[in-house]
Amino acid sequence: MTILSLSNLSKSYGRDCALDAVDLEVTAGERVALLGHNGAGKSTLMKLVLGLIDRTQGEISVAGHAPGSPVARALTAYLPENVAFHPALTGREQIRHFLRLRGANPREADALLEKVGLADAARRRIGTYSKGMRQRVGLAQALIGSPRLMVLDEPTSGLDPVSRREFYALLDELAATGTAILLSSHALSEVEARTDRIVILSKGRKVSEGTLGDLRAEAALPLTVSLRARKGFEAEVARAFPEAQGSGALLVLTCPQGAKLETMTRITDAAEAIEDFDVVPASLDDIYAHISRRAA
Amino acid sequence: MFTRILSTARLEFAIALRNRWVAIAIAMMALFSLVLSMAGSAPTGTLGADRLSVTVASLTSLSVYLVPLIALLISFDAVAGEVERGTLPLHLAYPISRGELLLGKLLAQLCVVALAVTLGFALAAGVAWMSGGAEVLTGLPALFRLIWTSVLLGAVFLSLGHAMSSLSRRPSGAAGLAIGLWLVAIVLYDLGLLAAVVADDGGAFTTRVFPWLLVANPADAFRIFNLAASDAVGAASGLAGAAHAIAAWKPLASLIAWPVAAALLARLAFGRVQP
Repeated sequence: MTILSLSNLSKSYGRDCALDAVDLEVTAGERVALLGHNGAGKSTLMKLVLGLIDRTQGEISVAGHAPGSPVARALTAYLPENVAFHPALTGREQIRHFLRLRGANPREADALLEKVGLADAARRRIGTYSKGMRQRVGLAQALIGSPRLMVLDEPTSGLDPVSRREFYALLDELAATGTAILLSSHALSEVEARTDRIVILSKGRKVSEGTLGDLRAEAALPLTVSLRARKGFEAEVARAFPEAQGSGALLVLTCPQGAKLETMTRITDAAEAIEDFDVVPASLDDIYAHISRRAA
Repeated sequence: MFTRILSTARLEFAIALRNRWVAIAIAMMALFSLVLSMAGSAPTGTLGADRLSVTVASLTSLSVYLVPLIALLISFDAVAGEVERGTLPLHLAYPISRGELLLGKLLAQLCVVALAVTLGFALAAGVAWMSGGAEVLTGLPALFRLIWTSVLLGAVFLSLGHAMSSLSRRPSGAAGLAIGLWLVAIVLYDLGLLAAVVADDGGAFTTRVFPWLLVANPADAFRIFNLAASDAVGAASGLAGAAHAIAAWKPLASLIAWPVAAALLARLAFGRVQP
């Protein structure tokens, strides 16, 4: 069931085109990551989905409702980039207010704060919180009720790696209950393959879309093979792999996706001369950099 | 809808309390009321007015300046502050309309104004009672009138403050606009009218246009209504003749229409803010 559907969506500020003819669908229970540099149009797309700004062209539907309509707002949870709250309020007061706005029971505030690990700080003013703690308050408010659609703008910025794992575990729980999740990030490594689909934006245009495997195949980046020659066999290894870079015992060469077996055979043939070797596939950040650079 | 407005009001009141705005507003009103009621303790027998009415007359002149100032001070940050802190996008993504959000803020800030004028004026009335005895009871209706009209006047300038806040979108700009509005509406407007009346020298402007211009300004409407509605207060202020030249319903209508008009203006200005 499609929860969020965008078609031919564009937004211009005067002559600047912030978003250019983007199509996107997110179904119930699906986790979609929106990737792009700063200014790629991620936040613009999210604000359009929330109805905070008006589109220049195209269609948006949130479970069949217009963006920003009372029903669409009631169905949608939002975590803004660098989420902020009034520093004079306590985490508990802020969450209780948000619960009331959604027509939920304000008593649920403590349970929500406990879920994001803020039970001890609930009665302290938000002004005394660290950035990571504010981000957790933001996450707690996004968990209110059972939103059909979650829009999370750079949700893991400011979270340490452990908290990030916990955060994705929470998302998994939500997705399992049918919540459609749209989150943004500026790095492919941040989303940690915990999403079902990845959409890459560059300069307001959608330049790629697919699973991590799809993107890996699309980028077709070569693998990096590093070889360490046995003592006294340096020259022999260098002769066997004339394309390799480096000098002395350590040699590095690249190997296209299609030539993996062939390279392995060559390494096996030279096994006596080689002490150790490593094969590393292109990193997530390499893939992302490649795709967004190719689009530009 | 009421849950959302009340919840917003509750939160905003907590913020006002912690930002010391409640304390500052009450202290300002109390201090000035006390000074005025002490200073106005000259004999009043010849004026045909009781002690409390004299105090109310002084408080009316005070409130014309102080209530709009306090209201603007409390309200100028309402929208611009949220824009600067970055809290507005999240608020607007919630199922609360912009009108409800503004109403919630207005309600909380109106409570602060009402608290400040009620406590301040009660203090002044207490001083008048101590020096004037039981006869001050005749001035009580005038005091109540002063309180509720002050709240109406406060509502006007709170909403105007919200409008300034929405138009400038930066707290510093909003503060400048608010002070400018106060100067124009409260000080320069009257000076301008005075100059025009003097220049006109009893002509058509003075008799036809001037009364309407006076009523059109909420602060002047507030002053005229309070002076005209009570003979004793009018007598004590020495402006009874001037005040009676205008029928009391006109400034009252102005005082009731202005809060609504100002709130609509604020809503319009807030509607143009893109988070």
